[in-house]
Parts: sequence; structure tokens; C-alpha cells
Amino acid sequence: MSFSPSPANSSDGNLSPAAPVVALSHVSKIFGRFAALRDVSAEFGPGRLYAILGDNGAGKTTMLRAMVGLARPTRGTVTILGCEDLRAVTPEIGYMAHPTLLYEEMSGMENLRYFAALYGIANDQPCEQAMRGVGLDPGLSRRVGQYSQGMRQRLSLARALVHNPKILFLDEPFSNVDVVSAREMVRVLANMRDQGKTVFIVTHQASLLEGVADEFVGMAAGQIIARTRDLPLPQERPASAGRTSR
Amino acid sequence: MSMGAITRVSLAKDLRLEWRSKDAINSMVFFALLVVVIFSFSFDPTAEESRHIAGGIVWVAFLFAAVVALNQTWARELRNQVLDAYRVSPAPANSLFLSKALGNFIFVAVLEAVMTPLFMVFYNLRSIGPAYELAVVAVLATWALVVNGTFFAAMSIRTRSREVMLPLILFPISIPALLAMVSATTAILTGEGAFRFWMVLLAVYDVVFTTVCLLLFETVLHAE
Repeated sequence: MSFSPSPANSSDGNLSPAAPVVALSHVSKIFGRFAALRDVSAEFGPGRLYAILGDNGAGKTTMLRAMVGLARPTRGTVTILGCEDLRAVTPEIGYMAHPTLLYEEMSGMENLRYFAALYGIANDQPCEQAMRGVGLDPGLSRRVGQYSQGMRQRLSLARALVHNPKILFLDEPFSNVDVVSAREMVRVLANMRDQGKTVFIVTHQASLLEGVADEFVGMAAGQIIARTRDLPLPQERPASAGRTSR
Repeated sequence: MSMGAITRVSLAKDLRLEWRSKDAINSMVFFALLVVVIFSFSFDPTAEESRHIAGGIVWVAFLFAAVVALNQTWARELRNQVLDAYRVSPAPANSLFLSKALGNFIFVAVLEAVMTPLFMVFYNLRSIGPAYELAVVAVLATWALVVNGTFFAAMSIRTRSREVMLPLILFPISIPALLAMVSATTAILTGEGAFRFWMVLLAVYDVVFTTVCLLLFETVLHAE
């Protein structure tokens, strides 16, 4: 059985009361003969924390990359803050990928200074604030290559936050992070949501977000199969498994 | 921040990364040194012969060595997928291109400064024409090598065999520039021929390809 929610189509029908900050309309992304996303339509409201769940290959990362403009949909449109030209809204987007997106030969502050400059930020204060916000010392002179995996993940989060974006897209932020650090990161992200930011988190560690996420979005075979407030997700899978004949 | 400011910040970052890793400069110098030594043993030319062949050997050596730097500058952006962080930022694509091209220009200029005295010793070179003109040729020729090289290296970074792909694309398109830089250098060293014509050709090549690269780079950066 195929399940493809239309805009405002959700399990309780009332999950997006305000104007959506992110809207996907019939989005498909096809790599060769493989459909990573299949006609996905969904709307996501402001000031909410969304946990995107699913098995490997379900299309979570591709959907996130399509949302931030890194993967151009083969079909359909992505709208952010009412704008289809995603280049125009990049200052409002914070993106943390599975790789760290950091230069290993530079220190944490040097990395943040560089990425802040790309957003027109020329002073150190936001960088120091972002580092402290994720529990790192701005005075740390060690190069990122010498950081532990957990520290890299936290610095990567700081990089995504440094320009104070309205919407955060985080791909596997808790991977390789110990439970204590992961819970600390969840607390930081919940605070962001409480400040009115919209947060999307792709993760395999759904239990970390129980009681924190406003909505769990389940994906399988390139489609959204469920949107619920609570875990566990309904185990509903589309009939076909990601292949397309175009 | 203006485009110039972001270019400056990106260039400073690239210079800092290279200063710390020395990936590009070490391999370039070592490669160019090998070429100089091997050619000097192969030909053993007289001073007069050297003046006629040195232009070709010097610029081919610099072209091959530059490819190493060109691959390195973008390989750095692929590690940890840092390039994606730039792509999702509002920074102009051309700032990244200009910073990379200027960085490569500096790396190749350093290589030339180190290798030119060695060439002169190994090939017993003395210029008959006005030697200061060689500096102008060097600037124009180096820019011709790096501007296209930076652009095509960016194009080839997502291909599977990018180290092979870059020379395959870059060398054919560099032939007019290579012809101009070799002919201008030979004309100056021997004091024969119209080196000004070749310098004008190099300058036109630089302007045309810089413009084309700047116009197309945004598409290349955001291509999947």
C-alpha cells in the first residue's frame, strides 16, 4: 500500500496550524534507475522539532538535501519560507551533514570565523557564543583533526548555528556521540525550537528525541509513510521498494 | 560582506591550509625538480641550444606541476564535504573561484621563483633579450595556467578519476596559451622574434578565459 501525504495531510490532520516554513510538492529525486524520493508532498510548520526516521536508503538524507537546495528534485518543488528560489533563503538555513563540513587543519574558532564570514559576520562574538552553546571552549587551539568524534559533531552543530538561522536541518547529529553529549545536544536543539526555530533532525536514535520532538516523520522507500506525535511509528511500507521504471 | 571581502577571507583560509599541510607546494616543487634534472641529463645542451629549448621545458614543467596544485585545492574542499557548507551559504560562487585561482597563482608563482634559478644553472641560461620582460610573461602565463586549471579542476572533482580527467580537459584548451608563453619566453631569451605579439595573445587569452570562467562557475559549483 502506498502512502503519500498531501500538504497538511498528517496523522491527526492538524499538525501544521501556521503557514508552513518548508513545503514539498510532489518531489521526486531519481538517481539513474533508483528513485530516492517518490512523489513526496508535505508541509512543515514553524517553531517545531521534526524527527525524520527510517531505515538506511529510505530517502531521509536525500529529502534533507533537497530541502536545503543541495539536491535538485527531478520533479516537484521545494518551498522554504514561501520562496522556491532556495538560494534566496540560504541565510535562514543552517545545515549539518553526516560528514562534519569542517577543515581538519584549522582550529574550531578558525573554522567558525571562516564560515561566519560567508554569512557576512565579521566579529568573533557569534562564533564564541556558538562554541559555548554546544559545550566547546572557544580558546581551544587544537586543530579539528585532533578532536574526538563527539567534539567534531558538536563543532559541526556550532557551524550550523553560527549565523543564527531560522531553520535547522541536521543529518545524523548524534552519530558517534556518547549518550551524555547526545542528550546535551538534544537539550540545545530543544532550546532552539523553544526560541521559535524550526528543527529537522534525521536520526536512527529516535529514543533520544522522545518527549522532545513535536513530530516523528517516518520514511520508507522514498516516501513519507507516517507522521505522528509519539513513537513507535506505524510499520507501514509502500508496496514497491524504491525502484522506478521512469 | 562584499564579494571582495569573502574572496579575501577564502584566500587567507586556503593559504593557511597550505602553510599547515604543504600538500601542494611540496609535490609541485619535487615534480618540477625531477623534470629539470631528467631533461638536463637527457639533452645536455649548449648555452645557445638551451636558449631555444628552455622556454618549452620550463613551461611544460610548470604546467604539469601546476596540475598537482590544482587537484589539491579542490580535494581539500571534498574532504568532509566542506564544499557543501559553501554551497548552502549566501556567499557568491565567484568569490570561491577567485580565491582558488589567486591561491593557485601564488602557489605556482612560488614554484617558479624556486625553480627559475635552478633552470638557469642546469641549462646554463643567459637571456639575450630584455630579461625583465620575462617577469611580465610569467605573470600572464601563470594566470593563463591557473584560471582554466582552477575552473576545470572544479568541474572534474565529482568525476571518479579526477586526477586523470583534469589534464585531459586542461591540456588541449591550454595549447594556445602554452604556444604563446613558450614563444614569448624563447623570443626574449634568444633576442629573436616578436615577443610582444605573444604577450598580447596571452593577455587576450587571460581576459577571455577569466570572463568565461566567472560566468560559468556558479553553474559548475551548484551542479550535482
